[in-house]
Amino acid sequence: MLELVIFSTLNGVLYGMLLFLLASGLTLIFSMMGVLNFAHASFYMLGAYFGFQISQWLDFWVALFVAPVCVGLVGAAVERWGLRTVHKWGHVPELLFTFGLAFVIEEMVQMIWGKLPVDYRVPKLLDFPAFELFGTTYPAFRMFMLLISVAIFLVLLLVLTRSRIGLIIQAALTHPNMVAMLGHNVPKVFMMVFGFGSGLAGLAGVIAGPALVTQPSMAHVLGPILFVVVVFGGLGSLSGAFIASLMIGLIQTFAIAINYSIGDLLTSVGMARPVQGMLSDLWQVTVAQVGPVVPYLMLVLILIFRPTGLMGTRES
Amino acid sequence: MSDTTLAATRGNPALDLLRRYGIWVIALVVMLVLPKIFTSGAALTTMCLMGIMIVFSLAYNMLLGQTGMLSFGHAVYYGLGGFLAVHAMNVIAAGKLPIPLPVVPLVGGLMGLTFGFIFGAVSTRRAGTVFAMISLGLGELIASLSLILRGFFGGEEGITANRTKMLTLWGVRFGPQIEVYYLIASWCFVCMIAMYAFTRTPLGRMCNAVRDNPERAEFVGYSTQMVRFITFCISGFFAGIAGGLAAINFELMNAVNISGAQSGSVLLMAYIGGIGHFMGPVLGAVLVVLLQVFLSDITGAWMLYFGLIFIMMVMFAPGGMAGLIMLHLPLWQRGTLLQVVPAYGVMLVPALMGVAGAVALIETAHHQLVKTATEGPAMTLFGIAYTSNSMLPWIVALVLIGGGLWLGRLWGPRMAGAYSDAAHGKDLGKEVSK
Repeated sequence: MLELVIFSTLNGVLYGMLLFLLASGLTLIFSMMGVLNFAHASFYMLGAYFGFQISQWLDFWVALFVAPVCVGLVGAAVERWGLRTVHKWGHVPELLFTFGLAFVIEEMVQMIWGKLPVDYRVPKLLDFPAFELFGTTYPAFRMFMLLISVAIFLVLLLVLTRSRIGLIIQAALTHPNMVAMLGHNVPKVFMMVFGFGSGLAGLAGVIAGPALVTQPSMAHVLGPILFVVVVFGGLGSLSGAFIASLMIGLIQTFAIAINYSIGDLLTSVGMARPVQGMLSDLWQVTVAQVGPVVPYLMLVLILIFRPTGLMGTRES
Repeated sequence: MSDTTLAATRGNPALDLLRRYGIWVIALVVMLVLPKIFTSGAALTTMCLMGIMIVFSLAYNMLLGQTGMLSFGHAVYYGLGGFLAVHAMNVIAAGKLPIPLPVVPLVGGLMGLTFGFIFGAVSTRRAGTVFAMISLGLGELIASLSLILRGFFGGEEGITANRTKMLTLWGVRFGPQIEVYYLIASWCFVCMIAMYAFTRTPLGRMCNAVRDNPERAEFVGYSTQMVRFITFCISGFFAGIAGGLAAINFELMNAVNISGAQSGSVLLMAYIGGIGHFMGPVLGAVLVVLLQVFLSDITGAWMLYFGLIFIMMVMFAPGGMAGLIMLHLPLWQRGTLLQVVPAYGVMLVPALMGVAGAVALIETAHHQLVKTATEGPAMTLFGIAYTSNSMLPWIVALVLIGGGLWLGRLWGPRMAGAYSDAAHGKDLGKEVSK
């Protein structure tokens, strides 16, 4: 049991930190531009594929630095020549633009790298067990992922709260017009934030690719979960996104490990479980199976009872 | 505008009636005659699918176009309606109940209405992004549940039914596809009229008010939440009918019908057709089904084209196809439509260049990346045979795209000028284009 708790906590925190790498960019982009970026998870996927391709040609360590930059450039280009054109039509077309973009990116990835998962391996240098606990080993690469995401989190925190750029970004979040009045080029700030957010998503893809599976469906599997994180934490709130990422990471990881159903619970308190009828599955479903549903349930519940999210201050 | 034209013909009641209901008569005739013209099995299947999707996308547009509610989970009501219809068909067939097949879509509709009522009560309390996110959450929730509750949703393989095992009226057993077509067409026609009638009711008008200016709607004394809620229920009802029709047509419902992909595709249909006009989603449903059927035959990269068309539409024609047509209605009424033809004809050159270049690029890339390994690099496009691994086709494609963009930039303003001349008259047009 202790073994399960320790490993699930480690994996949960790791998954949560990865989610945060993505969610931080998404929530920054949202609070600045008012755009919920449906293509954000696609940039994560692009990061994984770019990382795979570059590590095939050169080396994983080159990919670790080059691939996020490439994804960031793609993101900036999308903002400059796509979103900025659509901006004049209003928020719904902007949202739909990113929706279509996610679709196109997935199709292109399928065309270039095929529909099957690619063989994106853990680099040799990190291909060893980091430690052994109760007879189970924990891969070093996962520790490396954890390290990178924590490091990025700290850097992000410092940049946003301690640097001049962070000051401008924070100001543009709440008072974009005033920032423009003061002579800052707000569209350029938007483009850089969009590019930077995409780059962060790309970095998450590069390090998550070898550990999870690099395949064309990875974007639309993660995309809705990202929205849950961002909305649950409160739109535009970085600390909220951090808490929500960890929560969802831990909940999903722990749910997988628990193999009980409502039926089991009923039997254990001495009641017969219903076995007939169309919805009888409801009693047989284990917590592990319900795991993927929980985030959406959380999303719906928080939107009903507290539409601003955990730490958010505004609704849209 | 339409009032003045109506007033001009008020003297003649017959003409007045024709003006008002002519379009519906035409729609009815087209629906009746189409299967006589396109008699092949493939065409019939396509038209059945169109009928279903027209109902679904019109129901969707009640939310997005008329009330301004962006939903990412409308397949929930379509799918649940479809699943209940399939189960209803099985129950009716097993129990030999005296219920004929044409009534079954109503079962789906009631299921959609019920769930519209339940989910609408929690999700329509807010508009805008919050509503969009709740609809996304509910959509994903039901989609994930559909894989867990195997008894009701049938898991991956879905639930099947047999539509011919029902009560037969007047010897119609709905075995052949043509009989199913007329069933779908009649439901489609009735639903279209009902949904159009809804836009003319005071509630339908209030929907537009809630979309355009919720604050003022509140001041007038209407509860915006109530307006959104009622519309949501009605939209769920029609989506459920579409689901019921789909159940009859395919005799099968599976998890795909209730997935996020289905919700996404109805959004694409409504938007490509144009959400600002009642007929927009109809155009969109017809075009998207045509694209799905024919593009997927012609090219393996059809989903990519589909996505690109959608992005182009969002970027350059946010009013959709109906929006583009409505832009030219004033020209038609002024009798100046022919004036723009030369300018548009000139623009056809860069447009064709760009499209040809893009198609060449995508097809060559698709061939090189997907097919070369098995079929070799030789391929044919536009009747020209070449190999996808040589440099020349790539250069030609890129030059065509670049040239198209450049000429388009160069001549675009002239086309806009010609349009505003035709729309506002020469002198005013000059003022506007300045």
